[in-house]
Amino acid sequence: MQNVETYNDRVVRQFTVATIVWGVVGMAVGLLIAAQLAWPALNFDVPWLTYSRLRPLHTNAVIFAFGGCGLFATSYYVVQRTCQARLFGDRLAAFTFWGWQAVILLAVVTLPLGYTQSKEYAELIWPIDVLIAVVWVVYAIVFFGTIVKRKVKHIYVANWFFGAYILTVAVLHIVNSLAIPVTLTDSYPIYSGAVDAMVQWWYGHNAVGFFLTAGFLGIMYYYVPKQAQRPIYSYRLSVVHFWALIAVYMWAGPHHLHYTALPDWAQSLGMVFSLILLAPSWGGMINGIMTLSGAWQKLRTDPILKFMIVSLSFYGMSTFEGPMMSIKTVNSLSHYTDWTIGHVHAGALGWVAFITIGAVYSMLPKLFGAERMHSTRAIDVHFWIATIGVVLYIAAMWIAGVMQGLMWRATNPDGTLTYTFIESLRQTYPYYVTRVLGGLMFFTGMVIMCWNAWKTCMPRRALPVVPVPLPVHA
Amino acid sequence: MSASWSWFIILLVVANIVGLVVLLFATARRRRGDAGDARATTGHVWDGDLEELNNPLPRWWFGLFVLTVIFAIGYLVLYPGMGNFAGRLGWTSNGAAADELRETNAKLEALYAGFRGRPLADLARDPKAVKIGRNVFANTCAACHGSDARGAVGYPNLVDDDALYGSDGDTMLASVLHGRHGVMPPLAATLPDGGVDDVANYVMGLSGRPHDARLAELGKPRFETICAACHGKDGKGNHALGAPNLTDDVWLHGGGDVAAVRTAIVDGRSGTMPAWASVLGEDRARLAVAWLLAQNPHDAGASAGAPAGATQ
Repeated sequence: MQNVETYNDRVVRQFTVATIVWGVVGMAVGLLIAAQLAWPALNFDVPWLTYSRLRPLHTNAVIFAFGGCGLFATSYYVVQRTCQARLFGDRLAAFTFWGWQAVILLAVVTLPLGYTQSKEYAELIWPIDVLIAVVWVVYAIVFFGTIVKRKVKHIYVANWFFGAYILTVAVLHIVNSLAIPVTLTDSYPIYSGAVDAMVQWWYGHNAVGFFLTAGFLGIMYYYVPKQAQRPIYSYRLSVVHFWALIAVYMWAGPHHLHYTALPDWAQSLGMVFSLILLAPSWGGMINGIMTLSGAWQKLRTDPILKFMIVSLSFYGMSTFEGPMMSIKTVNSLSHYTDWTIGHVHAGALGWVAFITIGAVYSMLPKLFGAERMHSTRAIDVHFWIATIGVVLYIAAMWIAGVMQGLMWRATNPDGTLTYTFIESLRQTYPYYVTRVLGGLMFFTGMVIMCWNAWKTCMPRRALPVVPVPLPVHA
Repeated sequence: MSASWSWFIILLVVANIVGLVVLLFATARRRRGDAGDARATTGHVWDGDLEELNNPLPRWWFGLFVLTVIFAIGYLVLYPGMGNFAGRLGWTSNGAAADELRETNAKLEALYAGFRGRPLADLARDPKAVKIGRNVFANTCAACHGSDARGAVGYPNLVDDDALYGSDGDTMLASVLHGRHGVMPPLAATLPDGGVDDVANYVMGLSGRPHDARLAELGKPRFETICAACHGKDGKGNHALGAPNLTDDVWLHGGGDVAAVRTAIVDGRSGTMPAWASVLGEDRARLAVAWLLAQNPHDAGASAGAPAGATQ
């Protein structure tokens, strides 16, 4: 056995456990700030607990800590198995784990203290940005190094998506974070005015497109066929939707800046390319859902597959909603309302979190030498409580958002606004409470997952060492 | 933007859309895996059992893709998007906003013309004017003064018997149109040797609040030398300066205790009411004032000389 190459599952295990832990932490913070919107006294008049500081902590924690660790874990797991090669550079891989945890811990400290660059989803101050860039470049070396040493000729579709996500996020992060440091904690962006806004939302929307979409499509393309034991539905659909998706997402950022100082031509391009994005996005949904055709009966007994199929449904729904909201006429109603928050969470909870949860349930027992998760029933409970939670959350935000949009634009015959802002806030209150309930259910699901994972990994057994198999077809 | 940037954008857009169409049509051509051969995989295997079928693109999906591209091309012909090309409709967001504003103002002109030139006290008795005034106030003024105009800490109550600059209609209208900036300078340096505490206790005594009578006695001469310049010897304030009446137990900055007055003396105060003339215009400003007068009818006819308090 000494000479047989084995998979580097150590780093995958570390990232998988971190995914669960950060998922619980990030969603707990989300739950707290949702409650603060309903009951503002919950900031306890402590500066570190104010909404303005915890909101970026929530988004950073769920996107980059929970989602990020999930992507590291799954991409390392998938790239090894589909290249049939051990991960390139054990030490580099270990560095990405500890480096990424350091980034997260620094975020947990600096954001509540009020250190921020105030760019949405890019709040972290410049020294942390530098660390992110270094970790990310090493991540790219590990990932593409493994692709290079692969023992199968063809690169599996999941790796196209992981590769695109890793490359693009590096470019996005570095370009958007370019700044001139003044002190250890302060810096000025090199862009100004509308250009700064455009760069920010070029980054912001592609964080959605590449981090939260391409990366998680990579997860989908491995774990769905594995779990369903079915071949991918259509190779050529993969090809066309992959290239179309990564080409078109790049243009979509300006739809975040409709009816602003951004020039009209940029707004128009943002809108039309966002609409073109509908079909490429749905290509991924079709390929995932149709992969299950012929295996539908498995949904009755396999709650992990339920997580995956529902995640694809939410993916399809939110990628329909997104292009609709990018139409300027619709956007004039939806912009700045809680509809946007609902839309984001349909994608973030329904799609990103569900596919991640499914993937973690699927690989966790394999990584820790267990036959299956400790309790299949607990997975089922998690599935239902989380699904109902998401539906409550997004339905509440849809209603609240459309209502706010209508109230804010209503005018009297004398030209004044019919409602003051505070009136719309008062009407929103019951939906904020409903959102807390939905969030609480989703969070409870994560706690159940935590328990189930603990029971699966304990008592500790010998961790499996998986030899790299010889390729079936070279 | 310069012509070269414009062409750069046009080329990028065209290349991207043409590339998409070529990709879509090339991929949609019939090949292995099409009907009749639907169960055939591409022949690649990964990780033991991962395989791919090669089903044709769903026709409805193909059609959807083509439709969105056609829409995009149509939109970019009609609207700005292709660099400097303005679009066949000549639409601009600035132009659209200006048109809408012009149309709305034209529609509203007749409505507001009916109130123009009428005395404020008269408007305050006209239910139609007061209703519009309420709306204007709710839109613009309520953010600081509250929807009932009763103010908040730092923001004056506009419907009590007390006004910083006077509660007659014309004075209020001047406040709305041109704004106000009430400043109390920090005065601790002029009150050494415990003078701040002495004066603060004296001020408390003016409105009968709990205070230390001995200190107040010491503060009296100091008040009359320093503070009286603005607040008056009797502490009843000065409308010309917006200096608050200190004898009426109304406290603009909250408190009503020695500590709050101390803060005012040591740090000073600065209160700003923005000028709304350019935002509201005189028509709407007058109706908002009319609504305020209607909330406090006995002030409606009051002149600047009437007993008007001031707030600290």
